[in-house]
Amino acid sequence: MEIGLNHYLVVSALLFTLGLFGVISRKHAIMVLMGLELILNAANINFVAFAKYGGMNMDGQLAAVFVIILAAAEAAVALAILLKIFHHFRHVNIDEVNQMKE
Amino acid sequence: MNLVTLAFYFFAVLTLAFAAVVVFSRNILHAAFALLFTFFGVASMYVLLQADFLAISQIMIYIGGILILIIFGVILTTNITGVEVKSDKTGRLQLVSAGIATLLLAATLIGVMTTTQWNTAEVPAVDATAEAIGTGMLTRYLLAFETASMLLLIAIVGAAFIARKKPV
Repeated sequence: MEIGLNHYLVVSALLFTLGLFGVISRKHAIMVLMGLELILNAANINFVAFAKYGGMNMDGQLAAVFVIILAAAEAAVALAILLKIFHHFRHVNIDEVNQMKE
Repeated sequence: MNLVTLAFYFFAVLTLAFAAVVVFSRNILHAAFALLFTFFGVASMYVLLQADFLAISQIMIYIGGILILIIFGVILTTNITGVEVKSDKTGRLQLVSAGIATLLLAATLIGVMTTTQWNTAEVPAVDATAEAIGTGMLTRYLLAFETASMLLLIAIVGAAFIARKKPV
């Protein structure tokens, strides 16, 4: 069977739901971040799949490049915030982080 | 079944299996290392989709950058010398409802994506994409490109500002 657009879309959908499950079922903030990265990767697979099969050509791949850039910026800022949370609470369980003041 | 089909199924299974390890593993370091193979699997998806530049970017930025950052985050926010690298899940009720919700979402997404008549076009011939991406970045997407560079600069300065030891 020839590999087509639908195959990539199904892989991306499964990756997206796995990432979403990680985001909403985990306490540890870094696990939530990993789930987010999975979601962004799933979106990127869609962009590139449509770049090849949907006639978007380079536009799809450029969108994926910008998603990667945003993911890098997001990871840097999120981990900086996590370090601050850890210094304050001595843990990063996001369901117990419920106050912003010192 | 030709080689491309075989490669697709191999890398699809690899990507999804390690993504499942990332999500279901109780040990954070195991999850971080499983994430490495997931990123590799996604990079090979890009190769199969003829996006060579993106595949290299994926390996350099995700594995060389973001994954290292995440592992640093694990080490700095978890007492690694003790035994506590475990990550607790949320309560059973939340876990079950989260599972049901995501399963429903997965079924809906797969149903929509396989039944929709996508507007497909001719598959372009295999060609190196770096030149076309570079041209696009400096012509049609110049504003987005410059904005992204400013965003990265601000993100780096902001991250260093937030994470520094002592408030001024």
